[in-house]
Amino acid sequence: MSVPISVTVNGRLHELEVEPRTLLAHLLREDLTLTGTHIGCDTSQCGACTVLIDGTSAKSCTVLAVQADGAEITTIEGLAQDGQLHPLQEAFWDEHGLQCGYCTPGMIMSGVDLLERHPSPSEAEIRRGLDGNLCRCTGYEHIVNAMQAAAGGAS
Amino acid sequence: MVATDRPHNVVGTRPVRPDGVDKVTGRATYGGDVRFPGMLYGRILRSPHAHAIIKNIDASKALELDGVRAIVTNADFARQPDEEVALGELTANLSEMLDQVIAGTKALYRGHAIAAVAATDPHIAEDALDLIEVEYEVLDAVLDPQEAMRPGAPQLHPGMVTQEVGGLFDGETGEAGTEETNAAKHVKFTKGDLDTGFAEADIIIEREFDTGMYHQGYIETHNGTAMWKKDDRVQVWSSTQGQFEVRDQTALLCGLAPSRVTVEPVEIGGGFGGKTHVVMEPLAAILSKKTGRPVKMIMTRQEVFEGTGPTSGTHNRVKIGAKRDGTITAMDAELIFEAGAYPGSPFTAGAMCAFAPYDVDNIEVEGWDVVVNKPKVGAYRAPGAPAAEYAVESVIDEIAERLELDPLEFRLQNAAQEGTVRADGAAFGVIGNVDTLQAVQQSEHYRSELSGENRGRGVASGFWFNVGFTSAAHANVMSDGTVGLVVGSADIGGTRAALAMQFAETLGIPYESVNPQVVNTDAIGYTMVTGGSRTAFAGGWAAHEAALDIRRQLVERAAMIWECDLDAVSYEDGVLSGPDDQSFTFQEICEQLPHTGGLIQGKADVSPETSGPAFACHVVDVEVDPETGKVDILRYTAAQDVGTAVHPSYVESQIQGGVAQGIGMALHEEYVFDDSGNMENPTLLDYRMPTTFDLPMLDVLLVEVANPGHPYGVRGVGEIPIVPPLAAVANAIHDAMGVRVTQLPATPDRMLELLEEQGG
Repeated sequence: MSVPISVTVNGRLHELEVEPRTLLAHLLREDLTLTGTHIGCDTSQCGACTVLIDGTSAKSCTVLAVQADGAEITTIEGLAQDGQLHPLQEAFWDEHGLQCGYCTPGMIMSGVDLLERHPSPSEAEIRRGLDGNLCRCTGYEHIVNAMQAAAGGAS
Repeated sequence: MVATDRPHNVVGTRPVRPDGVDKVTGRATYGGDVRFPGMLYGRILRSPHAHAIIKNIDASKALELDGVRAIVTNADFARQPDEEVALGELTANLSEMLDQVIAGTKALYRGHAIAAVAATDPHIAEDALDLIEVEYEVLDAVLDPQEAMRPGAPQLHPGMVTQEVGGLFDGETGEAGTEETNAAKHVKFTKGDLDTGFAEADIIIEREFDTGMYHQGYIETHNGTAMWKKDDRVQVWSSTQGQFEVRDQTALLCGLAPSRVTVEPVEIGGGFGGKTHVVMEPLAAILSKKTGRPVKMIMTRQEVFEGTGPTSGTHNRVKIGAKRDGTITAMDAELIFEAGAYPGSPFTAGAMCAFAPYDVDNIEVEGWDVVVNKPKVGAYRAPGAPAAEYAVESVIDEIAERLELDPLEFRLQNAAQEGTVRADGAAFGVIGNVDTLQAVQQSEHYRSELSGENRGRGVASGFWFNVGFTSAAHANVMSDGTVGLVVGSADIGGTRAALAMQFAETLGIPYESVNPQVVNTDAIGYTMVTGGSRTAFAGGWAAHEAALDIRRQLVERAAMIWECDLDAVSYEDGVLSGPDDQSFTFQEICEQLPHTGGLIQGKADVSPETSGPAFACHVVDVEVDPETGKVDILRYTAAQDVGTAVHPSYVESQIQGGVAQGIGMALHEEYVFDDSGNMENPTLLDYRMPTTFDLPMLDVLLVEVANPGHPYGVRGVGEIPIVPPLAAVANAIHDAMGVRVTQLPATPDRMLELLEEQGG
């Protein structure tokens, strides 16, 4: 029993048949092979699966694929434009804002949303904005630094 | 030993990581990302009981479900001998290793794997689990290690007696008990005479402490994919810290020679010790053998909590005596560590670390390894040390307070230094214990005034061994002056960069000219697990030796081209110099290689025995909310002897990550079990790891006491930072509120109880 949906992912329209129980995270990873969207917890705490849905960050393991019907989705793979890394991608690389890199795509996607809302965030605003994304390696300091660097570079 | 006394060009700088672009663009391939034509998906049926005899497994209905291709149980594996083998930072018994991967005659904890299914779709595999019928005879479970040690307690392994063991890698000493018990192992280290020491003391404090069972909490769940081919060769993809350990263990359990298993490199989403042994790989392999198709398995988060190896819950008693002048005269400890379902907790490491920061004449420390109906524990960052040193550093703090001594002065007065002999008999070489204490003492943080109600400051020290062991490196020199550096160490947090930097330094070429690659187990010499804080140390040493091999060959080539003796050629900072002011830059000689005899490769295998022990001292300020019991971290500074900081930003980040996990142990995290052994909080909502909001910026003081046992003075840095935070936070809580925290984590409800007792 499949349901037809159409989603635009990273600028490209996909017409798909999905099982109603399919999560958006699984659709992206399995059907569209966009494996940069990581899964860490299945229960919406870790944030590794964060993507943008119509420009707003969302944990794609909390969204059914059928709920994304008609939506525009941006994943980590769609962030770099014309061969140029997004300023946040540059900043995470330059500021050593990762160790294992597993939380990084979700952290960056949440960061993109955060910088949209707060172009020059304070440390407290960054910490509040990213507290739905768990990183177990870094203690967050270099991630906060990366956010500040990207905001500084953008302004 | 030091490779060169000139200032370093690469070591000590902060270049970007070679794997950075792949990891910020989503292109990096982690174990769960691999995919093959015809691939099947595996899922695991797990025991709903903490202790039960498995009387029968009937998979016939599940096998009839459309899309199900195979089901395996313990019976599909060859029997294993009752024999002990090395297992990363720990050891394991082969027969127990098989039963741990998939339960034999008994389920010994809730979540114990009972059967594994392979199906064409993960949902079908999941549905099939409900159709497997298992008949259990449920037994009484024992969850508390002290209860488990009592005569008459439910026995996990009938016939088990206590085995006496030696040091960390010394194995069994031969003596075994005669009474059946859940206390699997016992160790005792003695130095001097306790009675004499306590008789000299003016003050003696004895306390007991408990710590919870904690999980490493890597964000990537376990995965394993296997392809068993028609020629009985097996390919495995697994997010692991040790691909050679996965190769060897998978081969052992599948009845193959290790050479028939190839473990392919994939990125790993965190490990912290928890990804050093096989979990699902042998199941995927046997499912693949049965079906002739590749099989991929990925755990859910609940499976990670219930079915992998967290750290031991512990109960520890510490007794310390000191003279009025601040001299410690005797130290005594008994550590009781939960092993989980099978023996093998880090009780020995805990016992060896407990009093290591102190130079005291009379010490006795014993440890117990006790099986209980909980997941078999694994390694977790400095295994055993955080719990042991939490107990010791809390009592140290209390004695300093009672003697009205500054806690750092008290520690300095009794600090272990070069030549100090530990209770286990080992003598320290050059160590930075005193240096880290002084770094905190002189820090702006420690000298600053802390004001405000319900606020307090605490300090604590810690020790961890670090290990050396085997690493290999190959280096392929290209004609354009770049080098492919080939290693077998999983890059868990900067390995590629740290090894490439030491390689570039020795060869005198830019870091950017080195292209580090992690390759499969057939393409590089045996390389032990990325763990034990060993990789930058031993892997860096192998990279250094491989660079020296290239230097030797380049000198030979230049001598051949210049038609001179080898002695007439020198190599310095990437430039070859010969007679008559002739010279080649590294780039120039590389361009010459193809038509002067061919390109060259360097290689090295190392097994250093000098490990470079690590010490750290931390200071923390906390504020306690007396209404809610919540403890906030206001400020944190960690001083650590890092030997030589190869990449200071990575070293800082390792320390910050370790501190964050230690704060989690101190305040937030813990397995909560009901009376039947069900984990009540197997999600990341209820198992509460620190978020951005729980932590301030974590200040780091890098103390560089070069390790004389390494070409660049490197000491391992990854594990020690998790050791001091538990006691530092507990001591700060005492300073703030006057209550001694003897059970961690100090959750709000426990804090309220303590404050209420104090008020009453």
